[in-house]
Amino acid sequence: MAGVAEQTQAAVATETAAATLAVKTVELRKTFGRTVALAGLTMTVPRGEVFGFLGPNGAGKTTAVKLLLGLLKPTSGQGWLLGRPLGDLGARRRIGYLPELFRYQSWLTATEVLALHCELAPLPRSSWKDEIRNVLDTVGLTERAHDRVNTFSKGMQQRLGLGAALLGEPELVFLDEPTSALDPVGRHDVREIIRGLAARGSAVFLNSHLLSEVEQVCDRVAVVDHGRVIAEGTMNQLLGGTSVRVRAGGLTLADKNKLATFGRLDDEGEHLTFAGLDPDRVPELVATIVSLGGRVYEVAPRHQTLEDRFLQLLEDEEDKT
Amino acid sequence: MPPVLVIARLTIQESSRRRLLLALLILTLLVVGFSAWGFNKITTVTRSDGSPLPPEQVSLITSQLLIVVVFMFSGVLALSAAVVAGPLISSEVESGLLLAMLARPVRRSEVVIGKWLGLAALVAIYAAGAGSLELGAVDWATGYLPPHPVELLALVAAQGLVLLSLGLLLSTRLSGVTGGVIALVAWLMAWIAGVVGDIGTALQNQPLQNVGLVSHLLVPSDALWRGAIYTMEPEAFLATMRALGTAARANPFVAVDPLPLAFVGWVVVWFALVLGLSILSFRRREI
Repeated sequence: MAGVAEQTQAAVATETAAATLAVKTVELRKTFGRTVALAGLTMTVPRGEVFGFLGPNGAGKTTAVKLLLGLLKPTSGQGWLLGRPLGDLGARRRIGYLPELFRYQSWLTATEVLALHCELAPLPRSSWKDEIRNVLDTVGLTERAHDRVNTFSKGMQQRLGLGAALLGEPELVFLDEPTSALDPVGRHDVREIIRGLAARGSAVFLNSHLLSEVEQVCDRVAVVDHGRVIAEGTMNQLLGGTSVRVRAGGLTLADKNKLATFGRLDDEGEHLTFAGLDPDRVPELVATIVSLGGRVYEVAPRHQTLEDRFLQLLEDEEDKT
Repeated sequence: MPPVLVIARLTIQESSRRRLLLALLILTLLVVGFSAWGFNKITTVTRSDGSPLPPEQVSLITSQLLIVVVFMFSGVLALSAAVVAGPLISSEVESGLLLAMLARPVRRSEVVIGKWLGLAALVAIYAAGAGSLELGAVDWATGYLPPHPVELLALVAAQGLVLLSLGLLLSTRLSGVTGGVIALVAWLMAWIAGVVGDIGTALQNQPLQNVGLVSHLLVPSDALWRGAIYTMEPEAFLATMRALGTAARANPFVAVDPLPLAFVGWVVVWFALVLGLSILSFRRREI
């Protein structure tokens, strides 16, 4: 009996914690036949946070979003959105969503599509006009407000979808590859929109494989690969430490192996990159290379980029398997 | 407006914006115009001695010709309903159109019922409007009006709804073209099975009769069509056919009895079942 009581208590505690979060999942798993699309996703996104969900194509990002929105049913596991269990209609009133596969009624005008979403959200009718005008302005479609969607370019349709996701000041916005059809100006606009949402206190769940996009706007990132989160943390945690790139000649493979004590070594012939190396140890590194008979041409300490870290994580994952 | 009505309105709006309604309207006006001209010719037919046909004979010819015209008309309606319903849900799942909508507080059942309601309204309005126009034209051309015009239009509309419901059910699982084609084949098979049942009745062969009965229960479009034929037959014609006994039943364009009330009840249950299945099927579909 005590065991049951403890379990119940634990469940209540989990749900209470979930209420204060934008997203919480526990071992969320989805399989399609034998294919594992998501292998036990456990994560939290606090309210008001811009969360980046990063991974290569086919990693399970879109599956995760569809599970969270109730478009797919999990094979096992649990999840909560804004404190409500997955699939709850009440939670969906406070959510915005731009699908990766964005498509809107081509026979409607932009204003009519947005009005439709106002109606389904549902927002009070008196607010529709202002809401629609505001989001059209935000996504830069004011001049095309009364044109039919079938006259829109792909990029404009994605802007319209973004607009629909912003209606009614949602508490949580899911953006699934929101810049896939946009030009550099559009990408910049999307970053501004995400920053605007964050400033307003909305949580943003950003699915992307565009590292620069994530790096510039996200408070926290989870890296997903083969349906599993392989790293998670704030940008600082994830990109902790600097890396040092050295161009040196005359080193044998055995010499290079000795250098591995300075940090994780990425060997590209003459170019050696030491990840996570304290800059204070650079003179020591140079001295060691010289003592091994190497000739140093160039030493460049630099901050690790998300791309470095991402590739490194994926490589580690591959090594493990 | 509740989501189910929003979806229904959207479905009607789509048909109208895509000019489907306009195309149907123009085609219908053309057909009604031609048939009025044709029916009018019946009244000018003379016997070999030059005297005009007696009114009973004009009524008889008109009623038989009307059955053929209505057959074509209900066929067009059934065909259109199947073609439009076939991709109703599947195409929107495939294109991603439903993704953004279903992330709103909208139930899947509301999508299915809303789409059914929207198309059902179109089918009913079209059957009532175009049917009345045709009957009016025939009345003007020959002075003949079938004995039960309201029931006729209701039965023609119901036949369209059967195809619509079947198409919608299939569209929750199959791609648009496939669902539409299967619905159409089911409709034709039901018609043929009905003819087989007729032959069974004429020959008093129970297994053949059962083929007709089972097909009527599974896909009630043919049974509804038989009911519609009955509403178009003048009393004198019916009396002659009844006098012929079972032999008169071996004809897909003749009905001796009205649609039994119990069968009308079954059709209502059938609609509820098919719609329920569609909801169940769409709920389980992962998009």
